[in-house]
Amino acid sequence: MGPESAAPVPAALPVLDGWFTLDARAPHLLGSRCKSCGTFYFPKLTTFCRNPACAGESFEEVPLSRSGRLWSYTNACYQPPEPYVAAQPYRPFAIAAVELKKERMIVLGPVVRGVGVEALHVGMDMELALEPLDDGRLSWKWKPAR
Amino acid sequence: MTKEIAILGVGMHPWGKWGRNFVEYGVAAARAALADAGVDWRDVQFVSGAATMRCGYPGYVAGATFAQALGWQGAQVNTSYAACASGSQALAAARSKILAGECAVALAVGADTTPKGFLAPQKGERPDDPDWVRFRLGISNPAYFALYARRRMALYGDTPEDFAQVKVKNAEHGVANPNARYRKKFTAADVAASAMVADPLRLMEICATSDGGAAIVVSSLEYARRAGKADAPRIAAISTVTPTFASEVVEMPDLATDSAVAAEPQRFRGALPRKAYEEAGIGPEDVDLAEVYDLSTALELDWMEDLQLCARGDAARLLREGATRVGGRIPVNPSGGLACFGEAVPAQALAQVCELSWQLRGQAGARQVEGARVGITANQGLFGHGSSVIVKR
Repeated sequence: MGPESAAPVPAALPVLDGWFTLDARAPHLLGSRCKSCGTFYFPKLTTFCRNPACAGESFEEVPLSRSGRLWSYTNACYQPPEPYVAAQPYRPFAIAAVELKKERMIVLGPVVRGVGVEALHVGMDMELALEPLDDGRLSWKWKPAR
Repeated sequence: MTKEIAILGVGMHPWGKWGRNFVEYGVAAARAALADAGVDWRDVQFVSGAATMRCGYPGYVAGATFAQALGWQGAQVNTSYAACASGSQALAAARSKILAGECAVALAVGADTTPKGFLAPQKGERPDDPDWVRFRLGISNPAYFALYARRRMALYGDTPEDFAQVKVKNAEHGVANPNARYRKKFTAADVAASAMVADPLRLMEICATSDGGAAIVVSSLEYARRAGKADAPRIAAISTVTPTFASEVVEMPDLATDSAVAAEPQRFRGALPRKAYEEAGIGPEDVDLAEVYDLSTALELDWMEDLQLCARGDAARLLREGATRVGGRIPVNPSGGLACFGEAVPAQALAQVCELSWQLRGQAGARQVEGARVGITANQGLFGHGSSVIVKR
């Protein structure tokens, strides 16, 4: 699917329903925001605000910033246990922790295939992408920003 | 009124992968602690168990399970669960009973039997459980330790060779510890030759899961005096505080930190010892040795800074100087730490206190920290649990 494609919705099913938008070109994680104190939540929180100074019980769903700076990174050299579903033979993948400036939070995610730890360094710009996990279910992943 | 209690006796069942029932390890440790204390089991007034979640119903009610196995004798009983801090909470329950005057002498005990391999979540499709979700994405425990390790490399210039030296040091300490599971010296080359698990951490730098048991007999100072143990080591603080919103670091099993738009980020690992120092009325400069939770080699360096044994970013320098080995200025993990033990969850925080007790009594043999008067522990587990205990003499 080229960048000019008119059909941005991928065919694959998401690994988690409602955790991210399915816009393949510019996906966003879907979080929530407390209407009282402005605190963001990922995954979404819709019940009681966790800020001890806030009694908020009202939240709005918000797309989170889709880019940020790499806080740290690693990889999974060994096959993770279930419920991770691994292709055989197992292929290691990188994992990123990305700091979102506006939300002031750090979000974890796998890194897209083809980008290993040798291509990463703390502080670099990262952006959100969608890519299937080994079992074909679509997940959010981080990749170096273009 | 003093808030101190006395440690009359400590005991452990050696760590290993024995594959027997956890009750055996707990009772063996309890009998060793009672013998060490010179206290008859029938005189114990309160049994405080640390629960295990992997051994069925007897594990959920560990206090009663151990009490029955030792022989029902009508003591008060309690069971605590706080993930890796369960042992400290069992100890805190005993302290509260003693200080409230509800008992004079108590037994805290924890033991575990562990499965092989990675710790994995419960089965089923459970997207509401962050622990399930992170495993679904392939983010297992070593990944979190590795993220913290890589962050140290970027911020402070720590190197994989520094991390390997933590393992080399702890292996050297543990080699003479009869309760340790791994009693073998390793070189930096050995560590570097072990398989990469989560870059930059290798297999020999990540804590295993172990079977084991630890127990402590504690009493009021008055009881200790009457028993002729007025000079026994004392517990001066047990901190088991929760984190404070907003979290600064992504904690296992979360997928994200709290958002810090409405509250400044707070460091949980730093808060645990801070409360302990405050409770004991002492500062980090008074500490002679520390037993910290080295789930990974790099995490030991984080703990040194969280315990304020050095400035942020300085831990690797202390390590390189040899300050943290036995014989150095501030020995860390003289027992050998988790590097030599592996983790037996409900017993581990108690095992840390056992080590401080032996050290302060001058009974630690080849790993003895000369003249040790004040020791501190640090420990952290899932879901906002952790502990820091100060023992002094």
